[in-house]
Amino acid sequence: MEVMDMQEDHLLELRGIEKRFPGVLALNNVDFTLRKGEIHALMGENGAGKSTLIKILTGVYSMDAGSIKVEGQSVHITSPQDAQNNGISTVYQEITLCPNLTVAENMFIGRDSKNLVNQKAYEKRADEILQSLQIPARAKQQLGNCSLAVQQMVAIARAVDLQCKVLILDEPTSSLDDKEVNMLFTLMRDLKSRGVGIIFVTHFLEQVYEVSDRITVLRNGELVGEYLTEDLPQVQLVAKMIGKELDELNNLSDTEEHKEHDGQVFYEAQGLTSSEALPFDFQIKKGEVNGFTGLLGSGRSESVRAIFGADKVGGGTVKIKGENVKITKPIDAMKHGIGYLAEDRKRDGIIADLSVRENIIIALQVMNGFFKPISRSESEAFADEYIKALNIKTASRETPVGSLSGGNQQKVILARWLLTHPDYLILDEPTRGIDVGTKLEIQKLVLKLAEEDVSVTFISSEIEEMLRTCSRLIVMRDRHIVGELKGADLNQAQVMKTIAGGES
Amino acid sequence: MKDKNIKSKKINFGQLTIPLIAIALLVIFNLIRDPGFFFVGLSHNNDGNLVLQGNLISIINGASELAILAMGMTLVTAACGGQDISVGAAAAIAGSVFVKTLKSGSGINGGKFIAALFLACIVAMIFGSLNGTLVAIFKIQPMIATLILYTCGRSIAYWINGGATPTVSSPIVSAMGSFIPGIPIPTPVLIVILMAIIFKLIFRFTSLELFTQSVGINGSAARLNGINTTFIKLLSFIILGVCVAVAGSIGVSRLGLINHETLLLDVEMDAILAVAIGGNNLGGGKFKISGSIIGAYVIQMLTITLYAMKVPSTDVKAYKAIVIIILVVIGSPVFKEKFAKFMNNMRKNVKGINVKGAEKA
Amino acid sequence: MMRSNDKRREPLTDTQLLMAITIGIFLVMYLLAMVFLQGGFLHTQQLFDLLNDNASLIIVSCGLTIVMIGGGIDISVGAVTSLVVMSCVLYLNNGGNLFVSMIMALGIGLAFGLVHGFLVSYLEIQPFIVTLAGMFFARGMTTIVDNKITGTVEPQKVAHEGFLKLQEAKIEIPWLGYTAKNGNMIPARMEIGVVVALLCVIVVFILLKYIRVGREFYAMGGNQTSSLMLGINVKRARFISYVISGLLSGISGYVFMMHTGAANATNAAGMEMNAIASSIIGGTLLTGGVGNVLGTFFGTLTLTTIKKIVVSSGLNDPWWQSITTGGMLCFFILLQSVVLKKREKDKKAG
Repeated sequence: MEVMDMQEDHLLELRGIEKRFPGVLALNNVDFTLRKGEIHALMGENGAGKSTLIKILTGVYSMDAGSIKVEGQSVHITSPQDAQNNGISTVYQEITLCPNLTVAENMFIGRDSKNLVNQKAYEKRADEILQSLQIPARAKQQLGNCSLAVQQMVAIARAVDLQCKVLILDEPTSSLDDKEVNMLFTLMRDLKSRGVGIIFVTHFLEQVYEVSDRITVLRNGELVGEYLTEDLPQVQLVAKMIGKELDELNNLSDTEEHKEHDGQVFYEAQGLTSSEALPFDFQIKKGEVNGFTGLLGSGRSESVRAIFGADKVGGGTVKIKGENVKITKPIDAMKHGIGYLAEDRKRDGIIADLSVRENIIIALQVMNGFFKPISRSESEAFADEYIKALNIKTASRETPVGSLSGGNQQKVILARWLLTHPDYLILDEPTRGIDVGTKLEIQKLVLKLAEEDVSVTFISSEIEEMLRTCSRLIVMRDRHIVGELKGADLNQAQVMKTIAGGES
Repeated sequence: MKDKNIKSKKINFGQLTIPLIAIALLVIFNLIRDPGFFFVGLSHNNDGNLVLQGNLISIINGASELAILAMGMTLVTAACGGQDISVGAAAAIAGSVFVKTLKSGSGINGGKFIAALFLACIVAMIFGSLNGTLVAIFKIQPMIATLILYTCGRSIAYWINGGATPTVSSPIVSAMGSFIPGIPIPTPVLIVILMAIIFKLIFRFTSLELFTQSVGINGSAARLNGINTTFIKLLSFIILGVCVAVAGSIGVSRLGLINHETLLLDVEMDAILAVAIGGNNLGGGKFKISGSIIGAYVIQMLTITLYAMKVPSTDVKAYKAIVIIILVVIGSPVFKEKFAKFMNNMRKNVKGINVKGAEKA
Repeated sequence: MMRSNDKRREPLTDTQLLMAITIGIFLVMYLLAMVFLQGGFLHTQQLFDLLNDNASLIIVSCGLTIVMIGGGIDISVGAVTSLVVMSCVLYLNNGGNLFVSMIMALGIGLAFGLVHGFLVSYLEIQPFIVTLAGMFFARGMTTIVDNKITGTVEPQKVAHEGFLKLQEAKIEIPWLGYTAKNGNMIPARMEIGVVVALLCVIVVFILLKYIRVGREFYAMGGNQTSSLMLGINVKRARFISYVISGLLSGISGYVFMMHTGAANATNAAGMEMNAIASSIIGGTLLTGGVGNVLGTFFGTLTLTTIKKIVVSSGLNDPWWQSITTGGMLCFFILLQSVVLKKREKDKKAG
């Protein structure tokens, strides 16, 4: 069916957008168009400029060149207030509400220019909205007491109530489970039917195909193109995002058989409990790659954190190479050759103001101890070695790691753990928010480690990634282990079935 | 495609730029005002020793306690992201212990002196670890936690000395407070140098610097890398305790008496100021001890300059305030940005054409 | 506190919880004092004296609470109070107009508030340093002004007729009085300053609960980045918080002067720390986003009552007061820390 693109339907027209930061051209002559009643996915790998474009649209950054038109009128957006005034609302990945205020207040604060605040009216209206959107929260509740997913939804409710013309959702589904994602999509379709234009920034390919009408791809700060979703097969989309033909992707295909691993058991836990994890048994052999999968909240991260001693360990026996050991805090695990790449890179991983070099050597330094500092020349050598080996893009080894892109930050943390030459490496969502190219590098690295007899636990929300690299998948639900899949059972269908269980 | 690749060259202020500029300005100002201001002479003092004298010496000498406290305060600020406002009160306690030990029994000899210093250190370290416990284990903001000792510390010092302001006199004590016979440099200055060297050695032979910065920047990540963040925070308070004891002992030795009300009164404010002038982030993270030391001397030089200009001591605070404001305004990120933009505009106008900024290496 | 008509009561917010604890403890403490120490505590005049003596502290504590809720700090309040006292006293003694002296007090406070607000909000300089400089400046100016006008640095007493009359005026509440030994009924007396203080508390309470900028203080203290994203003009809000604190310092100075009738370079020394302590005891968190001016009011009462209790208990040595104050502060700080920690745990489990 021919889709006519009428000028009058254009809600948002960005033309020739340019933005520079010291040392890097983040956006170079980028165009973007959003139409009424359209869900438009904005995609691109790391450093592509998605985040920068959104921040310009929302007034957080100011563009160096270009024009923005809302419903045909030229506008200047220099602050979040301007954006709001022009009908552009945004819901970010990180919660941008105030946890110490009530749900109702969070929905209305900053919108009213009246000086007198009528709490009762806010609460009444908030309850109405929450109910109509079926969000499980109460107007009078302190927001900080709600779960993260609910907080996210309150943020969306606020945007919805603002009668926005343009709704920007920046990675909204990262912390939501499937049920909550569906709720979100229903909401999005509802808004679409009312003529709202939605910009959906995400890296979940399946979600893009499920809900979006058009896709715009950015790469290295430049516009690759705008496409109708139905005209762009997934493989082509990925190709456009990383700019090369994907033989590599095809090389690591689903069909590869992973033989069941035989070898010595490296780590074994029985009845391991922590403040966050229910008692579970687990073991992994030398050189084996295993994965944990399940819905959000199923307890995957909590389990591996218990293995590493990251949370308060409650009980259970742990054996390494057959010997009983006690692991109650991270340093214990590290001393026994275990490394852990945390799920939340920003909060638990990078030490932003320290240099790339310091971030790389920190774990090794801790293992060496307080009284044996690594010499400057040694640390420089280590840093250079891994910057080269992992292809980390940084101006120098002294650059503060906070200024690197997400993918390169992740590589720095990987380097950190690789430097400790662990016997067992736990990777919790190492590919989250990472561009496709780096994702591949990491998966290849995992397989290489396994060849070198290093045990690896790999957690990812993208099941195909785990199927490509793991020889055993542990499935969790509601904080219990409900299944272990190996050999022929390692396929999408079986995984889904085990996750879902016997529920109708 | 517009061709306007004007790259704003960021003016790189190193951390020590502001404090060094401040010192330079003060020196220049004084030289203009009174060319002989910094004249240093060698002459005999009251005790008959050959010593260095002059304004410069009295500035460096007078700032000794402040410089030592600023060193410790830097560490606490870096690790815990807050300030310890109890250092003055704690110094009074340490000074009281120092005096009490010296006065116990009869006579003062070298051994007793060492014991007195040692006990003062222990007591100060204990109070430091109490503060540290509140901060590291109970997760209380440093300024709030130390508000407690600030409130009652001087009274505790008073109680230690039984409500009196005892005096001590002995050649050893006055040697610590002024000059060691035969050495023309004032002893407090030597102690500052010694403390600075000790800090340097600690940073060289342990990973305290890296760990402290990590804890200050991202405590969660630091913990997941195996760092014992509680220990590091506690340690910073304990090290500050040692600094407090040394500073208190110097303060007492100068005067030969301990007055809990006046010893190092309000020094905490100056210490925090020194850390800030030194370019350190009061919210924690990366730090440079040398910055704080320079900051301490900036403050002292400012005070002495004002005295030399015959400003009455009660008025000094007002002028100090103005200079501080000027310094921190210049050092503020907003100002730096505006200044950089201004300089770029100047550069543009001078060149008269669009300048293609050099690509950063 | 909102009274809801819902059948199900919402759990208290952090702010409400901490304030409730403070009020509870104050009442218990006062009751125990009445029971065990008797004496002055049985007279309502005791309570009024408490208010009379500390009206200026109550006022600056309100200002400090506002600033702390916004995530900042203002340690200049005592010094500004002192400067206002000195300036007004000297002005009145040199033939000044009573009304103008009040304007002057407000003006001085406002000036400090504007400068602090500008430096903290728009130049983004650490509030501790800015208000520390403000404190130094105000203290220094107090003696400079004294020196300039009287040629000395001596304390000055007010000799202004109109002012002295104002000072004399007191509000008498006969039915809350007590019977003196000679059988006369002596009514309870409350100074005008206390009325001013109570008015300030009420105004700040309304500001924090019902006025938009007051809610913005909570937002920016709770999560500054979010507040920006929510469209709140954080710079403006922060600026206003410091201006209000400055204004309240000015008012506090005038009230202080009405209470003591004299100016002295060391007036209000340490008042800022007492104000911070009052706020903390009242349930304000230094990190921001949590706090309530009613709590602060009771925090001030608690802080000052402890001193009275110590004296009444016969512990005369001067060090007892500050040690018990320190101890009480410690108690409240630990209590808050434990209560909030437990809430975090409950939230995770739930």
